[in-house]
Amino acid sequence: MDRIPILKMGRCLLVTIQVDMDDRLATTLQDDLTERIAATGARGVLIDISSVELVDSFIGRMLANVAAMARVLDATTVVVGMQPAVAITLVELGLELPGIRTALNVERGMRLLREALGEQTTADG
Amino acid sequence: MPNKSNIPALLSAHENDLLSAWLREQSSSGDRTMRVLGENEARDQGRQLIAAMRSAVTDSGTDSVEGPGWDRVRDVLARVSRDGAQAGLTPGETALFVLSLKRPLFDLIRRQPGVDADSLAEEMWRATNILDRLALYTTEVYSHAREEIIQRQQADMLELSTPVVKLWDGILALPVIGTLDSRRTQVVMESLLERIVETSAEIAIIDITGVPTVDTLVAQHLIKTVNAARLMGTECIISGIRPQIAQTIVHLGVDLQGVVTKATLADAFQLALARTGRVVPGAAR
Amino acid sequence: MGEPEVLPIAQEADVVIVRQRVRARSSELRFSLVDQTKLVTAASELARNALIYGGGGEARIETLTSGARRGLRVTFTDNGPGIPNIAEAMRDGYTTGVGLGLGLGGAKRLVNEFEIDSVVGRGTRIAITRWA
Repeated sequence: MDRIPILKMGRCLLVTIQVDMDDRLATTLQDDLTERIAATGARGVLIDISSVELVDSFIGRMLANVAAMARVLDATTVVVGMQPAVAITLVELGLELPGIRTALNVERGMRLLREALGEQTTADG
Repeated sequence: MPNKSNIPALLSAHENDLLSAWLREQSSSGDRTMRVLGENEARDQGRQLIAAMRSAVTDSGTDSVEGPGWDRVRDVLARVSRDGAQAGLTPGETALFVLSLKRPLFDLIRRQPGVDADSLAEEMWRATNILDRLALYTTEVYSHAREEIIQRQQADMLELSTPVVKLWDGILALPVIGTLDSRRTQVVMESLLERIVETSAEIAIIDITGVPTVDTLVAQHLIKTVNAARLMGTECIISGIRPQIAQTIVHLGVDLQGVVTKATLADAFQLALARTGRVVPGAAR
Repeated sequence: MGEPEVLPIAQEADVVIVRQRVRARSSELRFSLVDQTKLVTAASELARNALIYGGGGEARIETLTSGARRGLRVTFTDNGPGIPNIAEAMRDGYTTGVGLGLGLGGAKRLVNEFEIDSVVGRGTRIAITRWA
């Protein structure tokens, strides 16, 4: 079964979702991320969804769960690159993504993470 | 069909005469198609049509013009109809193009030697049946073509009337002018979100100074857009809310849900600059 | 292009296939990107419901014509337990994990037409339509 790769960049984990995820893959990603945050002590998680054309309730809940668990493990989650059509649909669905910060692209997302983590990560973030 | 129609044979044997008679009939009936398309084009289309009708009647009979055997005939007519719509012909005129073929065709049928009255009547009925249906078809194609043209014009107008302006690095403004209806708001908001992505805007200012009234639906669309932008990572400020609109919003019980609003575009701009970390020198804050 | 297609919904991977086919067909019909996304998202929700709540079923995708307009209808059927209280199911229950709303209310907002038929003990049929 394929898994979505998780990269480590300094104190942050970076995930780029480029496939159409079925529920099992989404759940696997959620578990993998939680496990890696705990294992690496990462302080930030950046999830790049700029290639994702569909976020339904399951995927939305997965993202919210990741953010919630990350917070428990003292890490901040930022989701970047949400496509306009996806954003409009989520708003129409009435789906909220609590606890998730968002940014337009990876660069802005990293900036957000750096701000959230204070000065500590500028050396290796 | 009880007995085979002789129409294909007639069309084949007398094609040129039929064509000329048809073109004469068109000009005398006041149909402008020939003038609009030009005589050569009209003659050419006419010839294609006669040939196509010949195969169609041979293969599929004359009961209907919907089937695949009549595809080619419909294609030729569709082309004539669309060209006519673009050139401003009325639907009646494009139908006349087809109906003008009736008299020449009836003449051909009538002049056949040694055919009994019943068969003659049958043939005339067949001819009138297909030509009527084809004429109706041209008017349908015409209306679709006009609808498409109108929709495209509307879309163009929408785009022109609400340009998205880059005020500063990372700050976009959308000055909306004129009455917002539900559909226009949707189109405009979608293009705002696209531009936000294109310019990586940190803040988008939606200025509604030029909007006389806002109803619940429009207010809801505005809020949905602001929420969508926020989900994407961009903050929105709504500026230019006139007192009347403020009253409407309160009366309708619309919840602005924490959307930042400013009275003027200038105020919104100042706020945006401050929010994105630039300070405006000399500004009273 | 106009042929109706019937897709089985028996496992999770099937939900993805339904999404992809709905996406492909609405794209062929030249739906705007936003309209495509709304329809595909609604289809994804309902396919998942058919799988998880209905025990499996099928999705039928067909093109509709009404004058010059074209639309896409997706009908989900399952022989599951049925929905005892449809009004309740249509209400939003969408916060993170709290409330087991089936998301029908949300799906309804994403489409132009929404029909639902459900008999307890027999199954459920939901048809969604989006016009270009």
